[in-house]
Amino acid sequence: MKLNKTLLAFAICAVFLTACTDDEKDASLTDGSQNASSGINDASTNGLGNGSGINGAGFSGGDYASTLGPEFNDPNNPLSKRTVYFMLDSSEVMPDFIPVINAHAQYLVANPNQRITLEGNTDERGAPEYNIALGEQRAKSVASMMKVQGVSDSQLNVVSYGEEKPAVMGNDESAWEKNRRTEIVYLPK
Amino acid sequence: MNLFRWMLLTALLGFNIEASFAELNIEITKGVESATPLAIVPFGSDSSPVNVSGVVNADLERSGYFKMMDEQSMVNQPSAASAINFKEWQGLGQNYMVIGQVVSAGPGQYNVQFQLFDVYKSSQILGYKMASSGADLRKTAHYISDLIFEKLTGKKGVFGGRIAYVTTNAQRVHQVQVADADGYNPQTVAASIEPLMSPAWSPDGKKIAYVSFERKTAAIYIQTLSSGERVKVAEFPGINGAPAWSPDGSRLALTLSKDGSPDIYVLDLSSRALTKLSKSMAIDTEPNWSPDGSSVVFTSNRGGNPQIYIVSSHGGQEKRLTFSGNYNASASFSSDGRNLVMVQGNGNNYRIAVMDMASHSVNVLTSGPSDESPSFAPNGAMILYAAKKGRVGFLSAVSLDGKMTQNLVLNNGEVREPSWAP
Repeated sequence: MKLNKTLLAFAICAVFLTACTDDEKDASLTDGSQNASSGINDASTNGLGNGSGINGAGFSGGDYASTLGPEFNDPNNPLSKRTVYFMLDSSEVMPDFIPVINAHAQYLVANPNQRITLEGNTDERGAPEYNIALGEQRAKSVASMMKVQGVSDSQLNVVSYGEEKPAVMGNDESAWEKNRRTEIVYLPK
Repeated sequence: MNLFRWMLLTALLGFNIEASFAELNIEITKGVESATPLAIVPFGSDSSPVNVSGVVNADLERSGYFKMMDEQSMVNQPSAASAINFKEWQGLGQNYMVIGQVVSAGPGQYNVQFQLFDVYKSSQILGYKMASSGADLRKTAHYISDLIFEKLTGKKGVFGGRIAYVTTNAQRVHQVQVADADGYNPQTVAASIEPLMSPAWSPDGKKIAYVSFERKTAAIYIQTLSSGERVKVAEFPGINGAPAWSPDGSRLALTLSKDGSPDIYVLDLSSRALTKLSKSMAIDTEPNWSPDGSSVVFTSNRGGNPQIYIVSSHGGQEKRLTFSGNYNASASFSSDGRNLVMVQGNGNNYRIAVMDMASHSVNVLTSGPSDESPSFAPNGAMILYAAKKGRVGFLSAVSLDGKMTQNLVLNNGEVREPSWAP
């Protein structure tokens, strides 16, 4: 049992390591290990996760933005803020976050080769698939505000993780309010 | 890179072995007050590797329909009918009793027999003898539970069934797993550090459709359980979610947002033709088929908050079904089509509710606060759903009348989105 836990820890470290060291070629690993999959009747390796697991891309948000320039790390600069929060069951951007979205929009207009992913998220309450839809609305609200300012469609990638990727674990309002969010994730050029 | 890849695979293998031992424990939280007294006398056995009568006892106890007799209270433990003194069992307050034997029949083979008696009539009401391999003894025990349950309640048992669900551990590793209905024998179907969601059984129980974010974008896969082979059936821009098999297994209802807002589509699995069913500008998601395949229920917030709607599976007018409460979602039918189970939310409280399709009256079955993803057992008598106590997620089952609840607890991490195999 202890040995297995060690192995598990190793698996996590190994996966994390690829995320840190490897670039985006991990897809081949996914395909490769899928061939190793075996049936569900096979006790120890059943399905072996079908390779779906080890896509090193995991651990989202790898903080690429902080390498783009000092303004992304200056707490007084809105570019240092890359999370937009929402009210319960709402995808309406609150006024507090408009300067943050505008700052990123202006940066993207000035840097037309820069791409971002807007990751929409919800708190844990309610139906998981409904939350996927709600998270997408939150990401798209941010996207449409950016587009109005001239950010091109090709610079914006939208994905919703619904309630599946909480920023904070916990089941009270203090955790929920941190999980109802859209993350602005800068992608390596 | 090759060495590194090998290390990763080795590591993942270790992790999967660990996972396959993470069993679900079961606790009964609420039983039926008028449960029928039933004694499962420990079976006579020469060398059985499985405590068959123990499995039967646990199954029937979990159903909530019976008050099981404590082994220590049994004055005698007969394993042949001729050895039963019915007066003695009447005196112990038992209505029914079961005796049996598990006898070795060659290497790895066993003959299992059992008899069910009406204690007051002093007569046998059910008796079977069956052959079983050692590996199948648990399955045989569940089959015996099904036979006894059906004889005594008139309802089909679901003890021999399987369930699928999604686990997430503390390291946020997600797995789609299937297990026996009592939580034993969990097997990993897919594992990923990115989210996995919405496992759905094919009607023949041989395949599972699920959503995977393994490429950092949503895609729907169909995986054959026996071989582990899988096919990607949807990876459109935006949401690819909520797969639901048509009752004949030829089509998949799903949610796509490729044209803007999330809409319900039907995908023909042989031609790959895609038909749009719902066309609102709002959120439409969570489709599920009526048992005859004629219509599809889904969740939509077109009226301002999520409610349940129904539409013909060939398209047409969409009709709202729920009007009470400001959050109704995740609807699915019982196999006889008479009941629709759903999540009903009210502020911070999310509970499981059932709508009678004839009267449209709604009965709330659970107390919340975080109950979600309900689905009927094939016998229509139980509803499986995901619940949360503090940070621990677990599976629960509630009887259709709401009187009996049982929990399946995962030892380590969260367990969500359960569904019973057809």
